[in-house]
Amino acid sequence: MNEDENRQDRQRGLAFVVKSQLLTADDVSRAMKRMAHEVIERNQGLDNVTVVGIQRGGLAIAEQLASLLSTIGQTSVPVAGLDVTFYRDDIGDQPLKDASSTTLRDELTNRTIVLVDDVLFTGRTIRAALAALADWGRPTAVQLAVLVDRGHRELPIRPDFVGKNLPTSRSESVRATLEGVWLGTVGAQ
Amino acid sequence: MSFRGANVLTLQGVTREAILDVLDTAESFVEVNQRTVKKVPALKGRVVASLFFEESTRTRLSFETAAKRLGADVVSLAVASSSVKKGESLRDTITTIDALGLDAVVLRHRSSGAALQVSRYVPHVRVINAGDGQHQHPTQGLLDVFTVRQLLAERRGVLPSETGSQLFEGLKVLIVGDIRHSRVARSDIAAYHALGAEVRVAAPGTLLPNSLEGWPVTVAPDFEEALAWADVVALLRLQQERGSGSYVPSLGEFTNTFGLTSRRVGLLRPDTIVMHPGPMNRGVEIDSDVADLPQSVISRQVANGVPVRMAVLYLSVAEKKEWS
Amino acid sequence: MNLLIRGGTVIGPEAPFRADVLIESGVITAVGERLESANATVVDATGCWVGPAFVDIHTHLREPGREAAETIESGARAAAIGGFSAVVAMPNTEPALDNVPLVSYVLAQGAKTPIDVAVAGAITIGRKGESLAPLADLAALGVRLFTDDGTGVQNPLVMRRALEYAAPLGLRLAQHCEDEALANGGVMNEGPLSARLGLAGRPAAAEEIMVQRDIALVRLTGGRVHFLHLSTANSLAMVLAARAEGLDVTCEVAPHHFTLTEEACSSFDPQFKVHPPLRTETDRAALQAALATGAIDAVATDHAPHAPELKDMAFDEAPAGMLGLEHVAALTHEALGDNPVALFNVLSRGPARVAQLRAADAPVGLSGHGGVIMVGEDANLVIFDPTATWTGDRTALHSKASNTPYDGRALTGRVRSTIVKGRLIVHEGALQ
Repeated sequence: MNEDENRQDRQRGLAFVVKSQLLTADDVSRAMKRMAHEVIERNQGLDNVTVVGIQRGGLAIAEQLASLLSTIGQTSVPVAGLDVTFYRDDIGDQPLKDASSTTLRDELTNRTIVLVDDVLFTGRTIRAALAALADWGRPTAVQLAVLVDRGHRELPIRPDFVGKNLPTSRSESVRATLEGVWLGTVGAQ
Repeated sequence: MSFRGANVLTLQGVTREAILDVLDTAESFVEVNQRTVKKVPALKGRVVASLFFEESTRTRLSFETAAKRLGADVVSLAVASSSVKKGESLRDTITTIDALGLDAVVLRHRSSGAALQVSRYVPHVRVINAGDGQHQHPTQGLLDVFTVRQLLAERRGVLPSETGSQLFEGLKVLIVGDIRHSRVARSDIAAYHALGAEVRVAAPGTLLPNSLEGWPVTVAPDFEEALAWADVVALLRLQQERGSGSYVPSLGEFTNTFGLTSRRVGLLRPDTIVMHPGPMNRGVEIDSDVADLPQSVISRQVANGVPVRMAVLYLSVAEKKEWS
Repeated sequence: MNLLIRGGTVIGPEAPFRADVLIESGVITAVGERLESANATVVDATGCWVGPAFVDIHTHLREPGREAAETIESGARAAAIGGFSAVVAMPNTEPALDNVPLVSYVLAQGAKTPIDVAVAGAITIGRKGESLAPLADLAALGVRLFTDDGTGVQNPLVMRRALEYAAPLGLRLAQHCEDEALANGGVMNEGPLSARLGLAGRPAAAEEIMVQRDIALVRLTGGRVHFLHLSTANSLAMVLAARAEGLDVTCEVAPHHFTLTEEACSSFDPQFKVHPPLRTETDRAALQAALATGAIDAVATDHAPHAPELKDMAFDEAPAGMLGLEHVAALTHEALGDNPVALFNVLSRGPARVAQLRAADAPVGLSGHGGVIMVGEDANLVIFDPTATWTGDRTALHSKASNTPYDGRALTGRVRSTIVKGRLIVHEGALQ
């Protein structure tokens, strides 16, 4: 479970109630390895690739992806976290999310960014991430890798690399981590 | 209590959690301030007015920069030099400006309680107190504790946001000078106390408040012993423009008894943190020849003003009231 | 106009008793059970107390000079609503009431109102505390009480001379006790609360020092002093000791000092700013307790109207003072509990005695106030309903100003009718 988001939800009296487990840890592991190979193939190597995980849900997945890329590609692939709290388009329409850290330090010019998140849903988080990245620098290209794509896009955003496509209904909720992927609902405790 | 979606009027009664919320959020804004593009769109479309009835270039600039870096539109009114005549009611001044359609006002005023009064006249506008008379200066208190945490975390090689309030537990803080007339002292004391620090005060008898009943401080019986005791020494400005000079026989005597002279600097440890809210009266609370002190973190305090005020504005203004 | 007040309980100086009261041509002509009259208008007083109308010896009518806040006419209306048949107008007008033409003007304006308006003349010219005002000339106009209120006479030598001059004339000097140097521009009571709020304080010592000083001057000169708005327990104790010693000192307390404390200032609302300031709970409780014992000669409102925009300023910049005429009766009644004799003592009999407004000593042209309800007395009466409940409302006041601290406060006890010189001026909360 994503501890930080759960903590914020718990603070607001909301809880994730599991309905079913869709992927096991092994399933996730296989999906991650496949995505790593796809990244290398798409970029014809790993020169100038930086992996950036969207805080908080995407960071652990980005770190794992970068680790896999480094092992397979036999080179060191830099990884960083990107906080998009201040770029959200729903500031003021819901209680403020807690901000976290952005560990990007290097120039993004001439780099290809592989942006990583746990679940792709409406696409608004990715839009915010792209706006944030633009304020950090101007990468050569940005590719999107997500562990789960659950559909219901509200913006013209599409992933380049997907761990698993999971059609869901709007009212459901998805939790995706390296330990597995669960389907459930979020409601008042 | 939390600053989210709330007016920021005082640190009196503030909780540890509320302070940490600001400090942790400010860490993210430190990162933003280190980029080339120092701006985020968090307050895009919001209008923030800066209403300074008392002149203060440094604080006003700090707040306006913070608001602009959050993407807000800033309306700046240095009322001290405008045509507002003395005697125009506070209510009239603020409601006239409110006609511009404000989301927030940052207010500095020479009268204690002005920020609270203004918040009653315009309850739909978020009010941030930038210093009201002798009462409170919340963002100064917050940036002071932010600076201390930042420095102490750096020394230990850890991230400040990972330490919560641990670094303050048992921390020895000495506040020196015109406590009686100082809003900075009142805010600092509330903040340090909420975070678990131990606070002592040192001042001539006439510059202590008329009563310290209920204040979480002890009076240091010996100033020089207290200097050796303290981990943090916060010097206050003698408020000559408020007539504080008449509370002591002479400025010279004040320096001799409670000033940081070159001799007294020798009593400090190398790792003692020396702070001052500015602007400094060189030759009064700090002797002219010691103004450049290695333990001094004054420039850090100034630099931290912007991210801390960004955090305060963000938490207070971005969060709409109905959620908190 | 003849009036028959029927069904009320008459409050004499001793025990209350059931009786009707008949008034003819401005005078009480009968007091007894089941009175009848062919040509009198009946005024129903069932369930009410019938007593001498209230007398306020400390009212700021603001005219001349600050008519935006109040005029003699609007102040008199507010007083009538509050159950008062007479008020003493304070001299801190602009210019001050320190000369014959101006005092004559105020008396003439006052004579046009339905109530009796007496004047307190200034003790010193311009209230500057330096040279004496023409006390004898003003006394010839009927002025019996003199004060520099707004401030006190700071110089002890000047106060001594004033006492020595006033004594043989039978005049009483009233003092606003606050040493200005020690008060040092403070805006609320000095103490832990003012320290926490960052507001400059006026220490209790500033008042007590002047009370003590004036007691010594009375002892020295044999003069008479009335202490205005005592606000601390210590001040009251000193005055009681002086009285026990045989000195001719009287004192008053304002309703805000026995109902409110300095805590009200935590809101920084200038409605609560007043000189002398609201004090501690200990002081408030001591003043309240003393209301019933006879220690306090009078409850006086210190009714201080201010134009609304002035109270919309920062706390330290706003003027001091609050309204009182329309709420004091309820507040005093609540503070005393069910004690009608004490109520009329402090709101009517005591003040009339201090200001020489009783039938025996009233100047020519003014009728007698604060008297006994008996045949032959001037008909200045109030019908007070002790169980009526209502709520203070700053938008429903008869004063021109609205700076009352009691807006929204539940009140018990209300004036039903005010009768001045035999005429029904107020009935059921409305001017007639």
